[in-house]
Amino acid sequence: MEVILVLGVPLLGGVLLALTGHKRWAPELNAAMSLATFCASAVLTAKVIADGPMVALEEQFFVDPFNVFLVALTAFVAFTTALFSRPYMRIEQHHGRVNAARLRLYHSAYQLFTFTMLLCLLSNNVGILWVAMEGATLSTVLLVSLYRTPASLEAAWKYFILCSVGIAQALFGTILLYFAAEKVLGPGGSSLLWTHLHQVRDQLEPTVLSLAFVFLLVGYGTKAGLVPLHNWLPDAHAEGPTPISAVLSGLLLNVALYAVVRSKVLVDGALGRGFSGGLMMGFGLLSVVVGAFFLSRQRDIKRMFAYSSIEHMGIVTFAFGMGGPVAAFAGLLHMTVHSLTKSAIFFTVGHATQKVGTQNMESIRGLIARSPTIGWGLVLASLAILGVPPFGVFTSEFMMLTTAMHEHSWATPFLLVALGVAFAAIFGKVQPMVFGETTAARLPHPPALLPVFVHLGIVLMLGLYIPPYLVAWYRQAAALIG
Amino acid sequence: MEHLPGVAFQVLQSVLVVLAAPLLMGWVNQCRAWLQNRSAPSLLLPYWTLAKLFHKDAVIARDASAIFRMTPYVIFGCMWLAGGIVPVLATGLPFAPAADIIALVGVFALARVFSALAALDIGTAFGGIGARREMLIGFLAEPAMLMTLFTAAFISGSTQLTTIVDTLGHRDFAIYPSLAFAAVAFLMVLLAENARIPIDNPTTHLELTMLHEAMILEYSARHLALIEWAMSIKLFAYMTIGIALFLPWGIAPAGDWGALPLAVGALVLKLALAGAGLSVLEAIFAKLRLFLAPEFLSTAFLLAVLGMLMHFLVRG
Amino acid sequence: MSQSMLSQIVNLLAALLLLIAFAMLSQRRILTLIKLLAWQGAALAASTLIVALETGQTHLYFSAFLTLILKVVMIPWVLHRLIDRLHVRWDIETMLNIPTTMLVGIGLAIFAFALATPISQMASALTRSTLGIALASVLLSFLMMIVRRKAVPQVIGFLSMENGLFLAATSATYGMPLVVELGVALDVLVGTFIFGIFFFHIREQFDSLDIRHMEKLKEED
Repeated sequence: MEVILVLGVPLLGGVLLALTGHKRWAPELNAAMSLATFCASAVLTAKVIADGPMVALEEQFFVDPFNVFLVALTAFVAFTTALFSRPYMRIEQHHGRVNAARLRLYHSAYQLFTFTMLLCLLSNNVGILWVAMEGATLSTVLLVSLYRTPASLEAAWKYFILCSVGIAQALFGTILLYFAAEKVLGPGGSSLLWTHLHQVRDQLEPTVLSLAFVFLLVGYGTKAGLVPLHNWLPDAHAEGPTPISAVLSGLLLNVALYAVVRSKVLVDGALGRGFSGGLMMGFGLLSVVVGAFFLSRQRDIKRMFAYSSIEHMGIVTFAFGMGGPVAAFAGLLHMTVHSLTKSAIFFTVGHATQKVGTQNMESIRGLIARSPTIGWGLVLASLAILGVPPFGVFTSEFMMLTTAMHEHSWATPFLLVALGVAFAAIFGKVQPMVFGETTAARLPHPPALLPVFVHLGIVLMLGLYIPPYLVAWYRQAAALIG
Repeated sequence: MEHLPGVAFQVLQSVLVVLAAPLLMGWVNQCRAWLQNRSAPSLLLPYWTLAKLFHKDAVIARDASAIFRMTPYVIFGCMWLAGGIVPVLATGLPFAPAADIIALVGVFALARVFSALAALDIGTAFGGIGARREMLIGFLAEPAMLMTLFTAAFISGSTQLTTIVDTLGHRDFAIYPSLAFAAVAFLMVLLAENARIPIDNPTTHLELTMLHEAMILEYSARHLALIEWAMSIKLFAYMTIGIALFLPWGIAPAGDWGALPLAVGALVLKLALAGAGLSVLEAIFAKLRLFLAPEFLSTAFLLAVLGMLMHFLVRG
Repeated sequence: MSQSMLSQIVNLLAALLLLIAFAMLSQRRILTLIKLLAWQGAALAASTLIVALETGQTHLYFSAFLTLILKVVMIPWVLHRLIDRLHVRWDIETMLNIPTTMLVGIGLAIFAFALATPISQMASALTRSTLGIALASVLLSFLMMIVRRKAVPQVIGFLSMENGLFLAATSATYGMPLVVELGVALDVLVGTFIFGIFFFHIREQFDSLDIRHMEKLKEED
């Protein structure tokens, strides 16, 4: 029942906003639908915490601690982003960068995007998971090119082509998975259900499964922005409207990694942890290093933070690749805090660039003089994402690094250097942006940055003190991952 | 002697090939005329043309060497040999062991080399053009031809044409995708090697557009007659190779006189259909520009390789 | 018809699909590309139908029908209308010349066959060899997407890749469950429409559908 609500509300919202998205009150409706989704997901979460994992609707949906927390996170960040997008898109419309028709597309696609992400997270059917992932790409493509500038068209085209090709590989991986499953479970829809596959995972044919995992990793990894399949990410995240950058960076990457991890759990049953773990560690490490180094050479602020997303997704992949309770806990925690922090960053950056009128970091100076809220928001959010204690990112990175030092010490120097480079780069660029000299006047009204501080507050709390139920929750999820 | 029927078959086949080749040419021309909605010349016109040419006096350039004089005979001999050893009517002929597909390709290559040398021999510009173009086409067509033949060879386990025909002719009807690819590739090579559209227009009179004709511009009288005859035998041989590989039903075992009428009848029918098909193809397609010819032939090569790969894949 | 005869027909259709993928690599006229795509869809539908006849699984009949409607009728029709309104006809230059592209294609086909052979040993007897062919046509479509300069052939390459994947699904596993296939079909259809909308935006902005206009964003500015 709750599952139907969680999925039905954004779907309904998408349809409604398709009809009414150009009206003056559309942003409010958007935020309201997202709030409703969040409430439904909170109810679902409570139920799962109380009753344990459950399947719903003839086993087509499966909710366990791993995906329910992602569902809650997704719904929450979608809600806060909808709140942020209310005034932001109004100002964009005022500046003339979007018109009413495009806002209709924007609002409707936003809700549909939430729907596809939640479907992907909740589905028990591996095939439907794929369909939902592709649906998530499709619903955001036209949003990336919303401003119709040459750069945004190019970004959207690259996004579309590269992600579609990637996801086609994932489809082949799914087919191979089904092929292996059919041998054990027989033909028919139930062979694609993750719960059934999980039960028989040690009976699945190893060669087929190894090939399937490679395709699935490459396919879903493209969507998660793993190097070397990441080419679309900086462009797509930089050229779209800021709320879209926030949800793409904060949420979609998580969902893609979720798909990878679900596949990993199946493959580990047949092949043992070494194969999939090795691959994921390799990709993860590569993403961290490449992300950090390219980060330092960017001039556009949103591109820089997009590379930072690549780097952090690399960290999460590496953590899941290492495996074990501590590393899995670290990975899950990092997914949460990265989501919250990155979206907070994009909120502040969005306001900053909107006020200054450019995304070029050389031209942004002295934000703190213009508006203390934006300035402090940006500084704190950057510190948070860089892993400065006491923010939560530090906790998860610390846990990951200690596990790495214990078990895979060869990787630690790379990770430390990359993190150091990223720190220097981001901090070095943010400093003059916030505290530099500027002659611009202070803004008359402080921009509404409540979502930013809410997110940062949560991240701070997670760094200082994780509530016991959350710890238990993460531990259960980590145990499921193995 | 038990070999006598075999030898008789062999002689019969060689004679038949030589005599029937101009008739095939005439049939192709007739079909083309029908497709172009004009009344056709007689089926026997090529014979009259050959007779006319034999009666004329040969005019040879002063600088021509022995090669120039020798080439028509060499070419005719090669084509006669090829036509004789391809299992047209019967398998298991005395010359059959010589009918190895690699040797066959070699024989055609020999003819090509000599014609190119002869074209260069006189030193005219058109001869040079023709020789170069012919060598380009041949260089690209030969690998394709070999691959096609190898596919058939892999299926039947031997490179001897007679064994191939025997194996393929007596299997149950089966669709081999590899043979389908090889057949398309072979068709493309046939069009290229025999100077048909889309590679070359056999009826062109514009020297700059000629590929093959340019090589034989200098020849006259009996030399020209021999070369023209050899060209028609070449077409006949290619068609019969194609039929032997891809449509091998009805070919008689050697020495079996009873099966001979069926074999002859089947051959006539298949050649008639092939000739008609050739003229239809010529009517549909336009001549390709020269720089597109390598693309055409590389496509043929790739199809042939694909056919071979398919064979390995499907056979397991 | 006998078992082996049906199996051979399925092999032949799969080989035809691969042949069309190669033909697409060498085509310059965009109209012909669309026709080839339609033929590929037809071969796919026919092969699914034959597998359905042999195994008697009803959802495969639906699936064959769906493929026919979607890939032979609807998508080529959408593409036709698009290129009519966009006035694209030819894609003269490609990144590699055509013979080289074909050679690379052969290399990819060999790679795909080699990769698929151990897996196809375990597949059902009817469609064993088509897995390698399907993987080869997926890789070839991928190659086509890389070497083309205009937007429309890239999209056609993508659709051809979906065809190859569908063949892989039918060949390895007698088709995915119906709900999944419906979802995939929906995705493909929506994707095509979005591509269509995209083309107009691109045309509006750049006055041309040449991809090279869209290579300005680089790793580092």
